[in-house]
Amino acid sequence: MTSTVGRREGRDARSLPSVVIRFAGDSGDGMQVTGDRFTTESAILGNDFVTLPNFPAEIRAPAGTLAGVSAFQVHIADHDILTPGDAPSVLVAMNPAALRANVADMAPGGVVIVNSDAFDERSLAKAGYASNPLEDGTLSGHRVYEVPMTSLTLEACKPTGAKPRDAERSKNFFALGLLSWMYQRPLDSALEFVATRYATRPLVVEANSLALRAGWNFGETAELFESSYRVPPRELAPGTYTNVTGNTALAWGLIAAARLAGLPLFLGSYPITPASDVLHELAKQKHFGVRTFQAEDEIAGAGAALGAAFGGALGVTTTSGPGIDLKSETIGLAVSLELPLVVVDIQRGGPSTGLPTKTEQADLLHVMYGRHGEAPVPVVAASSPAHCFEAAIEAARIAIRYRTPVYLLSDGYLANGSEPWRLPELSELAPIDPAFATPPARAGDGEGTGEFEPYARDPETLARPWAPPGTSGLEHRLGGLERHDLTGDVSYDPANHEKMVRLRAERISRIASSIPEVEVDDPGTPGGGPSPLLVLGWGSTYGAITAAVRRVRARGLSVASAHLVHLNPFPPNLGEVLRRYGRVLVPENNLGHLARLVRAEFLVDAIPFGKVAGVPFRVGEIERAIVDQLGGAGSGEAGS
Amino acid sequence: MSAAGPGVPATSRKDWASDQEVRWCPGCGDYSILAAVQTLLPELGVARERTVFVSGIGCAARFPYYMSTYGMHTIHGRAPAIATGLALSRPDLDVWVVTGDGDALSIGGNHLVHALRRNVNMTILLFNNQIYGLTKGQFSPTSELGKVTKSTPFGSLDRPFNPIALALGAEATFVARTHDMDRRHMMEVFRRAHDHKGAALVEVYQNCNVFNDGAFEQVTGRAAREEMLVPLEHGQPIRFGADLHKGVVLRADGRLEIVEVADVGESALLVHDERREDPGIAFLLAHLARGPFEPTPIGVFRAVERPDYGSLVDAQIDEVRRRKGDGDLAELLRSGTTWSVGEPAS
Ligand code: SF4
Repeated sequence: MTSTVGRREGRDARSLPSVVIRFAGDSGDGMQVTGDRFTTESAILGNDFVTLPNFPAEIRAPAGTLAGVSAFQVHIADHDILTPGDAPSVLVAMNPAALRANVADMAPGGVVIVNSDAFDERSLAKAGYASNPLEDGTLSGHRVYEVPMTSLTLEACKPTGAKPRDAERSKNFFALGLLSWMYQRPLDSALEFVATRYATRPLVVEANSLALRAGWNFGETAELFESSYRVPPRELAPGTYTNVTGNTALAWGLIAAARLAGLPLFLGSYPITPASDVLHELAKQKHFGVRTFQAEDEIAGAGAALGAAFGGALGVTTTSGPGIDLKSETIGLAVSLELPLVVVDIQRGGPSTGLPTKTEQADLLHVMYGRHGEAPVPVVAASSPAHCFEAAIEAARIAIRYRTPVYLLSDGYLANGSEPWRLPELSELAPIDPAFATPPARAGDGEGTGEFEPYARDPETLARPWAPPGTSGLEHRLGGLERHDLTGDVSYDPANHEKMVRLRAERISRIASSIPEVEVDDPGTPGGGPSPLLVLGWGSTYGAITAAVRRVRARGLSVASAHLVHLNPFPPNLGEVLRRYGRVLVPENNLGHLARLVRAEFLVDAIPFGKVAGVPFRVGEIERAIVDQLGGAGSGEAGS
Repeated sequence: MSAAGPGVPATSRKDWASDQEVRWCPGCGDYSILAAVQTLLPELGVARERTVFVSGIGCAARFPYYMSTYGMHTIHGRAPAIATGLALSRPDLDVWVVTGDGDALSIGGNHLVHALRRNVNMTILLFNNQIYGLTKGQFSPTSELGKVTKSTPFGSLDRPFNPIALALGAEATFVARTHDMDRRHMMEVFRRAHDHKGAALVEVYQNCNVFNDGAFEQVTGRAAREEMLVPLEHGQPIRFGADLHKGVVLRADGRLEIVEVADVGESALLVHDERREDPGIAFLLAHLARGPFEPTPIGVFRAVERPDYGSLVDAQIDEVRRRKGDGDLAELLRSGTTWSVGEPAS
């Protein structure tokens, strides 16, 4: 390993298979940037990684208080990992509040690096410490390194002539420099980032660069740390990789879907946490012809997207739970109009305003059933940050092919979390045919009547024609009143209503024939039979469930797992799969939504395992639940 | 709004009528508005397949079903929002919104004001009958104070909206009023609204003969009109009444007053200027009558030019394309930090 800064001398770097680091500070301390840059440095070195940002709901909660603490956790490894890690082994705490809010989560015997300058009496009091935790034995279970980051940063930045109040702001880069030394990440990419990000403010570039180098050099020379560490690269499939968050991948997936369908992309949206980043990302991509419309409210965002869909665009609306409540009437209209519409729900903790910046999966039953009347809507869920790309394309494919609104579920964890993503070959993505209607044969041309029938259905998919304005002969009127089958005229006929309700339901259930079967990961029992337990999941629990299943198997136990991307309709083989297993455990960040759905649909005794703490499952939690289901067997909790 | 193009085949009124039986109550003012629109459209030189009527909920909202154009009968109050998405994604279309006083001003008030202030290219016809007709007779946001209805048996306590003043307050670029008793006037105002580039709001006094019969009779009735309707004509002194004996003057204290022209002389009258940037005088005119029982201005209150929202959206896209080139998806996916595996890192 080489670096532009410092050379390793004397002390050796010890090799680690993985490490979980959490950067924590005041929301104004730049912890998200620090964590993000550390992740990028690690990615460039070839580590696998998963990140978990965690920030307060208030934009500027009072400085130094617990409410104002912002944190960024990153798990880096030399092997394939699936979660941001259960418990950090390293905590960087920029002030007492950051320490207090995070130290309880740490693995025993971890490393705590604190900015000792921030541990004055006032800050301790603000954090609610009666005595100084650095002195009173609170941290005795951990190795504590006290680093006067503020004063070292001020010292390093002296040559810039910056005012102390400004120079002090570079201390997060000092922390990044120090951690980069500890884990032997070259500073090149961080220096480059600083130079571009703050290009218009040369003084800031200089101060941050000096702080970065000072942090590195401090680690190198201070003799404080016994050693630095290496986390060697992971063996990865060849290809080009990038580091992507769920919201970015989702936005890009929507652009890709529009390209694959040859349709203009229209986003109608209203700002809401944690979905706004999709709006921001798409607003940047105007040169793709993307029209982003920040509407007056959630209802208008959905309405405008539906209006654009009538006009022949790929209409999309993005939101989180409270916005779904408001959009529901429009989605019911889309069910009646049978127009393509992608509705993205980046779930967060509820009910009501709930926990805007925290994750949850408790909108599933709402998107399944939250409309009046018989109004089935397909549901697709992303299972990892990078998977948001594919899931967005899949939601658009179903919407366009079946002329229906489709829910695409993500959540706060996927939205802001990131992982390495091997970029797909774009030429391998399947095109989506919008199959717009063509004018009907004129009367006298043989079979034609000359009349366009907007509700005449494709015999295979039961999809009706999509006829955007502009073609003579296809003029038609749609509406929320019940339509006559075929002509689309308003109809109050009882038999017709029954027929239409059943046709709409049948159309949605036929989507099952176009989606892949659910794959079951089951090495089976030593005797060759299926495992006694299937762990069934959906959405962002994918990483934690898969990692937990691996650990359980490492104990010598047999367990199967399956993960759903399609929640309505279910994959065609799901019933058969569920019946193969004696027990089905369903971990979800809710009180049992999927468990209820599969019980109702397949009469299997699915066992719900819920967590609604605003944070994702820890691997250990699911591991224990699986072991409990297997009768508590196994040889104790496996290592990380 | 204007999407007329050359080479559009000539049409007649019946070409614009759908095969659906019109189902408003016999005698409803909606019939004459429908007739005015269907008579006007052949004169506009627009194509049926490029014309879309969008509506919300209410009696007026059935309008699209009776047109042989493209149409959408949507949900209560949301037509301006839905039409906004359509107009933005399809600048080649003529988008009309048909709405009512409850639809536009109560449940959908938010969408109306935002469509107006953004100046989205659409023509909004607001059928104001001062009552909820479809739900059988509750007071509406334009019903007069004290109105006795099924939901206000002791009289309404709600101060009514003045749709013209509301639109002006939202900085609408085109605001006009007409009424269902005068097809020629309706056609002229609708034509102006259609030709306006941007959002145009036309309030149409519409008689609901079942639940609020005669609400406008005092001003639109044949015998009353001459003395009670105040026609607004751009560049002309505002005059009305038999032999135009009455006029409107702007007093030094900022009030409008109705006067006998003979008393003040024609030169003292307020000259109507619909193109005035400042909507202040138009706002005063909107309040000339406290309700349709005093002399009431009709015609175009305001018609100013401002770029329509859709053109601005498209110009911005063109500008970004010119600077960055057409979007390249492969490049976009590589726009963050990337690294390669399986070959020597470069
Ligand atoms: S209820 Fe009134 S507005 Fe509605 S159709 Fe009948 S007369 Fe017309």
